[in-house]
Amino acid sequence: MKLKKNIAISENGFLFNPETGDSFILNPIGKEILNQLKEGQSVTDIKQLLLERYDVDLVSLEKNMEDFLVILQHHGLLDR
Amino acid sequence: MKKLDYERPIINKVNAGMPDKFGMSTRVPVISHIEGVAITDIMKQFGSPIYVISEPCIRETFQQAQKAFLSRYPRVQFAWSYKTNYLNAVCKIFHSEGAWAEVVSGFEYTKAIENGIPGNQIIFNGPDKSREDLERAIKDGAMIHLDSLDEFYYLGELAHKLDKKANVGLRINLDAGIYPKWDRFGFNLENGEAWNVLNRVMLHEYMVLLGLHTHMGTYITSVNAYAVATRKMADLTNRLFRKYKYELKYLDLGGGFASKNTLKGAYLPGSDTCPSFDDYAEAITSVLLDSELPPERLPLLILESGRALVDDSGFMLGSVLANKRLADGRRATVIDIGVNMLFTSFWYDHEVLPTQLKSEQTENTTIYGPLCMNIDVIREAVQFPLLQRGDAVVIPRIGAYNMTQWMQFIKLRPPVLLIDTDKQIHLIRKKETNEQFNAMENVPEHLKG
Ligand SMILES: Cc1ncc(COP(=O)(O)O)c(C=O)c1O
Repeated sequence: MKLKKNIAISENGFLFNPETGDSFILNPIGKEILNQLKEGQSVTDIKQLLLERYDVDLVSLEKNMEDFLVILQHHGLLDR
Repeated sequence: MKKLDYERPIINKVNAGMPDKFGMSTRVPVISHIEGVAITDIMKQFGSPIYVISEPCIRETFQQAQKAFLSRYPRVQFAWSYKTNYLNAVCKIFHSEGAWAEVVSGFEYTKAIENGIPGNQIIFNGPDKSREDLERAIKDGAMIHLDSLDEFYYLGELAHKLDKKANVGLRINLDAGIYPKWDRFGFNLENGEAWNVLNRVMLHEYMVLLGLHTHMGTYITSVNAYAVATRKMADLTNRLFRKYKYELKYLDLGGGFASKNTLKGAYLPGSDTCPSFDDYAEAITSVLLDSELPPERLPLLILESGRALVDDSGFMLGSVLANKRLADGRRATVIDIGVNMLFTSFWYDHEVLPTQLKSEQTENTTIYGPLCMNIDVIREAVQFPLLQRGDAVVIPRIGAYNMTQWMQFIKLRPPVLLIDTDKQIHLIRKKETNEQFNAMENVPEHLKG
């Protein structure tokens, strides 16, 4: 699972896809996940990292991550 | 090390040049308490879903409405529209504030009597009055509002047999410049039907004409329509006086005042567009005061306002069952409140609000009820916070028509609570039970066993 290469993410969670001209707004944790993906981290590693940092149980996190990745795919932000 | 507060990750597309209709801000309001009582406490004790009614809110709203009219016109009487909410506790609050009863069936009539309202303070409307209903109403001296010529003849016969005069009002439908025209109820003014029937009532040996009634429709935001209707009713009152030297006791302008809910498809929220009681009162009373009616003959002004008096006092509490992603990428949240409990979600874009917010983040979400039916949509496409399974939601402004038009479908009807002026909680309608439900049924012998 990789983020498309030329996507730009700003400090305050603003995301721009130059391929399509689409802009998005991320919440802080969304931004964190995308930055990790951009750096090439695996989804498993990212989950582990979030589990350590946030007050959340594994099931909720997995559900939410799954959903988040689906929507990233839907917006055409991921490389297959 | 203490862990950070968690919220689920989201990404929202920015539609440049297409801010939503109220600008870019999508701050979600929160309702955590009802009349000072924490919603979490209520749900812990009584479960979910559940209706909650605020007694102080009913009283304040009623007093506001009453003041708006009484400060402009000397003789005003509200009659509580039972169909809007006929839970006895709710009716009793209105009656204790001085409201009479407006009923449209034998069932409602009986409720009004059992709630302590004397027959001569009951307005009996509607097209469906049975023989027993009419006989009782004649004997009680209730105000029987005729809906059709058939009913006029039938009532005449019954009153004759009982040898007692019936107190009669005439339901009139008229053109006040609004659409739809509710011309299926009562007698039409413009084509002369109403005048014709008025004359028949005046000449009837067993009828006493007390007043005229119109109810133009519901959720009427045009105060001018009330001015037009009032003028037409006042003219008719004068015409009657000119011909018979007869003074009508009352003019009943019905209900129809809008509540602050937002109609589906409306561009602006109802809280911005809904006229105030003062606006309605000004329109109606200034026509009456400016009319040909001399001060000593000013009729009692009766109002049958329903939704505007009770909508704000009702809250529905529920919880999130699941979050889903639809095939086209939209977010869906399923809650345990369905359209069977919230009939008004067919007319209104109800607000669905959280009881607490962990962050300001929202996502475009469609909110579904729990029924296995496609029509079970509580709210289409709202900016909704990131709630998780089990989180509570509140739907405010549901006091009108939901606790009467609720349907028993798939599940039993939820209980209803009342919070009184001392913040005490009362269970005013119990949760329905399987036993009660089954007690109504009968399985034929050959299917038993
Ligand atoms: C005769 C009559 N009076 C009063 C009402 C109450 O109307 P609203 O809730 O619009 O004020 C109704 C509702 O349909 C009605 O039919």
